[in-house]
Amino acid sequence: MSMIQVRNLKKSFGEHVVLQDVSLTVDEKEVVCIIGPSGSGKSTFLRCLNRLEKFQEGEVIINNHDYSNKGVNLNDVRKEVGMVFQQFNLFPHKTVLQNITMAPIKLLKMDKASAEKRAMELLEKVGLKEKRDSYPSQLSGGQQQRVAIARALAMNPKVMLFDEPTSALDPEMVGEVLEVMKQLAREGMTMVVVTHEMGFAREVSNHVIFMDGGYIVEENSPAELFSNPTHERTKAFLGKVL
Amino acid sequence: MVCVAVFKEIIVNSYPMFLLGLETTLRIFLISVSIGFLIGLFIALFKISTFKPASWLASGYVNIIRGTPFILQLLFIYTVNGFLFSYLNETWPTIFGDVDTRELSGIITVALNAGGYFSEIIRGGILSIDKGQMEASRSLGFSRKQTMWLVILPQAIRQLTPSLANQAIISLKDTSLLTTIGIGELMYQGSLVYAANFQILPTLTILGIIYFAIIYLLTQLFSLIERKVRIP
Repeated sequence: MSMIQVRNLKKSFGEHVVLQDVSLTVDEKEVVCIIGPSGSGKSTFLRCLNRLEKFQEGEVIINNHDYSNKGVNLNDVRKEVGMVFQQFNLFPHKTVLQNITMAPIKLLKMDKASAEKRAMELLEKVGLKEKRDSYPSQLSGGQQQRVAIARALAMNPKVMLFDEPTSALDPEMVGEVLEVMKQLAREGMTMVVVTHEMGFAREVSNHVIFMDGGYIVEENSPAELFSNPTHERTKAFLGKVL
Repeated sequence: MVCVAVFKEIIVNSYPMFLLGLETTLRIFLISVSIGFLIGLFIALFKISTFKPASWLASGYVNIIRGTPFILQLLFIYTVNGFLFSYLNETWPTIFGDVDTRELSGIITVALNAGGYFSEIIRGGILSIDKGQMEASRSLGFSRKQTMWLVILPQAIRQLTPSLANQAIISLKDTSLLTTIGIGELMYQGSLVYAANFQILPTLTILGIIYFAIIYLLTQLFSLIERKVRIP
């Protein structure tokens, strides 16, 4: 069953066309990695999926909810789609625990005790149980990103979107975040990951998409795409990064 | 020693008037700055609203407050209230019979004036919050409004404590201008004191010390609050 369906997505900032015509299907429990040079439109594409970016044309359907429909209540459907950002974007005035429980309490109407219980389970999962009362500024980048993942998971999303989740991290912290993401993938979360971590893409994803110039240039299984890229631009890009 | 005796005499003879003035000043300050803060908050939200008429209204308000002198605003509101309340008084004498239009006008003016300046401070603070905060909150499913109240404003207000405190202190000093419409605040009481004893300079010095002392205490209070609410 397909969890995400994107048909003929087009987006421009004024005259500048960022997404030419992008279509994509992601099945339930599938992990899709999007790679490509900067400016290729991959982050914009990801942000269109939960309509953080407006788009001019095309359809985005996630879990049978049509994000392209003007009448859809975005606040309701976004609860099903967790998002993790390059810059973490934790709420600096809230503790780790409050960061995670805020949305479930306010939006899912969970009572405080069960929200906190759930938050502690998630913190255990990302290995940060002892940081529950810390503030984001007291954590390292890798720890902040793991809390951000826990915060998104607290809403029990059907899909998780990752926008270059390790790009702002010091090299020694990349591993701990990728490890959490791998575990999530093993547990069957549907994930779309924009990343520069080719190792992660190769190891974890079911599908790799290479984007350039606002198009999906090539799409294949990681084994095929990394070892036998068919398109010239894919070859050139992989030649530079691998 | 002569000098000290003069001060002592003024204080002993006139302290009830100073106290009365101080009480009035503080009362007007607390009421008008609290209302002014709320006005500022909503004007700031109006100004950044995507609903254009609200934003125009807020801009117009701020421009008028900033573009005209305080004393003119005060006299304007006092006069308008004069007409308004004489009409109300004729129509419903039992309800509006004993409203003190002077103090009311003073409070309204300080509140509206402070509100204009507060709103600019708060708007600046809201805009300074990283847009990633809005995105993260929206991506969790919060509405724009919820994000504003739960995520953006709590951070903005904390950052802004020093600027807000500064404006509150300016407003406190502005209350001394209310003396022109005869409100019995500290400055007014002081002028009554020196009009009676002819000791103008010593009396003004005492007034200055009282103002300085309140503002010093307020500053301490605000820096305490600032430390309390600071984000670690």
